[in-house]
Amino acid sequence: MSVVHSDTIPVSSESDIVMVRRRVRELASQVGLSLVDQTKLVTAASELARNTVVYGGGGTLQLESLNGPRSGVRLIFTDQGPGIPDLELAMRDGFTTGTGLGLGLGGAKRLVNEFQIQSTVGLGTKVALTRWK
Amino acid sequence: MEKIPILRMGEFLLVTIQVDMHDRLAMTLQEDLTNRISETGARGVLIDISSLEIVDSFIGRMLGNIAAMSRVLDAQTVVVGMQPAVAITLVELGMSLQGVRTALNVDAGMEVLRESVDGPRAM
Repeated sequence: MSVVHSDTIPVSSESDIVMVRRRVRELASQVGLSLVDQTKLVTAASELARNTVVYGGGGTLQLESLNGPRSGVRLIFTDQGPGIPDLELAMRDGFTTGTGLGLGLGGAKRLVNEFQIQSTVGLGTKVALTRWK
Repeated sequence: MEKIPILRMGEFLLVTIQVDMHDRLAMTLQEDLTNRISETGARGVLIDISSLEIVDSFIGRMLGNIAAMSRVLDAQTVVVGMQPAVAITLVELGMSLQGVRTALNVDAGMEVLRESVDGPRAM
């Protein structure tokens, strides 16, 4: 597998969340994901972008198009926020420390093919999502 | 500030969401609609989301809130025109929009609202 193209954009405000959706949609359509898969990836990206802004205090999104035996899109959200103390709990549906429904992380995971999360309290959180064609 | 227009048609309010929704815009719509229902005594609200390319948990929650608030103000809400890809994604995300009436299109949605106000039409 090789990364064909990579680009990093800021994720620090509400308008950035809208921009994330637009950029992910563009890339997903270029890579040739089906409309349903595009919609799933954009929705997952929207959830994670909001987490990055609201809980992570802002961060970045790295957008990658992948090639190799399979093509796909990988999204890496990184923030230097407070981190998540209990990842297992945070992934559970209905868990929220904010005002949301608590569907963000668990929901986003269900919408993609691969989901990796690393978080260190006091240092930040990194979430990588991949949707294959 | 950017706003989503709310049209009045008889005893109903109509909203077509045509922009990419920011979170704040969604919050504003929620407040504006609640105020308009109370000012006008509207009995129904129809929200057309056929142009929305995604509904994430935030927008889903807003739709649920609007339905709940309008119910408390004695108005029925119908959400119409959801794209199939959006419906598939919403369910997988874990949102079933409980408490929100939906219809396939504006015509069907208006019928739902009329029935809720007048009772089922006599054949």
